[in-house]
Amino acid sequence: MADTPFQVAGREAKPVEEISLGSVLSDALKRLVLNVQDYSEMAMTSLANLATGPRYFQDLLDQMDDIGVGSLPIVLVSGFFIGAVMVLQTGSQFVRFGQTALTGDVVSLALVRELGPTLTGILVAGRCASGIASELGSMLVTEQVDAMRAMGTDPSRKLVTPRVLASILMLPLLTALNDFVGLLGGCVASVFSLRLGMVEFWNRAINALEFADIMQGMTKPMVYGFILATVGCYQGLTVRGGTQGVGRATTQAVVVSSVMIIAADVFLTKLALYLGDKLF
Amino acid sequence: MNSPVTARNNGAPVVTFEDVRIGFDEGEILRGISFQVLPRETLVLLGETGTGKTLTLKLAAGLLRPSQGTVEVLGQQVSSMSEKELLGFRRQIGFVFQEGALFDSMTVADNVAYRLREDRVNEDEIEPGVREVLRFVELEHTLDQLPSELSGGMRRRVSIARALANRPQIVLYDSPTAGLDPVTAQTIITLILRLRDVYGVTALLATHRLQDGFALANFHFDPAMKRVVRNGSTPPTGSGVTPNAPTRFIVYREGRIYFEGAPREIETSRDDYLRRFLV
Repeated sequence: MADTPFQVAGREAKPVEEISLGSVLSDALKRLVLNVQDYSEMAMTSLANLATGPRYFQDLLDQMDDIGVGSLPIVLVSGFFIGAVMVLQTGSQFVRFGQTALTGDVVSLALVRELGPTLTGILVAGRCASGIASELGSMLVTEQVDAMRAMGTDPSRKLVTPRVLASILMLPLLTALNDFVGLLGGCVASVFSLRLGMVEFWNRAINALEFADIMQGMTKPMVYGFILATVGCYQGLTVRGGTQGVGRATTQAVVVSSVMIIAADVFLTKLALYLGDKLF
Repeated sequence: MNSPVTARNNGAPVVTFEDVRIGFDEGEILRGISFQVLPRETLVLLGETGTGKTLTLKLAAGLLRPSQGTVEVLGQQVSSMSEKELLGFRRQIGFVFQEGALFDSMTVADNVAYRLREDRVNEDEIEPGVREVLRFVELEHTLDQLPSELSGGMRRRVSIARALANRPQIVLYDSPTAGLDPVTAQTIITLILRLRDVYGVTALLATHRLQDGFALANFHFDPAMKRVVRNGSTPPTGSGVTPNAPTRFIVYREGRIYFEGAPREIETSRDDYLRRFLV
């Protein structure tokens, strides 16, 4: 029996389990499989919710504003400098062969196909996956998510779906702007550093692109948007351990979504190249 | 404010727990809980921290599912409903969370209006409805404030207003006075009394403060005098829904019901465990 109200009395003592390397590894594997299963279920539900009501249009607009407009400054500034540094690096090599005119082609292809989507994905993941995880995590630990459920609202529809859809819609637009500003930065660098003509740079940059490149460059960010939003939501809604847990979830959201974006890039590139050959 | 919809099954229990068990990694918390709550009755769940009071409320609201046993609320078997069915069911009950659980990015008005907007109530009707429930908790002047700008007691009152917005038949209070100073705690209890005695709401109230339960058992709100009076001190006025609504206590201990009965039985009890709550 407990002597003071603060003691928990009468609970049956848990039997002491023997810990072995095998059991630790198997537990970790089980947890991983369970997490992947829960994540997949949440991610699929977030899209399936679009088929039926209720839909939260105002929340979608708010999230599009937060994710799209809110990420614009970092995407534009980074894009400009990435374009400029690409020109400086490639130009310095082309100078050796007297082919500086090719700089526009290379920068354009690299930005539109690869750097634009991936860098935008990683930058927005750093800003928004962390923001989503911390916001939803804080809501969870302060019982706001339970309050939502208690009032008859499905948190998946109200919190997850608008964020996922907003990311999917906003990432291609941010990428397009990133590509354009990157080329602008490349143009500035090539004019001042390589003494290339502005018209020549833009001509080569635009002519180097084919429809398949644009398709590849605009499809990838949609997948990245889906990844960063679902990972952010999952990490936020599975927070354990109060405010410390929220901090952990925030870090995890950025790390996991960034790694997943880079890993997905490999497969998406392979798929896009294959489809580009077949279709266009 | 209109009265909440009265329970359709007159006299029949509105909440029934039957041999309910639930546990987590650290072990079983509730070990076979059975009780009933009658219409317009207030059931006070008393117990030390970690004895499963909040779990009981969450089970009643269908926020958790028991590992064994059945939970029936308003004639519906909550423990076997799907999440989709539960979302509809929960609109009939009000839940006041321990810390209020207000949406911190929304104003007080938006918090209170939340449920009405979810129910697609006409915007023209929402504003007067929100003002009415906020007036009931005497916080009409906080409409445009954010929860972070309010004191702890005010946040609880807004939480009660939010739970009342769509006139629920049952209100579940999770430690509504925890962490509040005695004066503010008294304000909250008065509010719960008014809600019970004026609108006849059935309530489950989890608390570790026996005085909250005694206040509910020994006092009532007199609508004619517009104040809280001790039971029996004034002749019944006949107004109000239930001037002397019954209050019953359940005391939890080690995941089981240790005591169930009237407040006076605790007051006069010689049991050491029950007497600890009297200190």
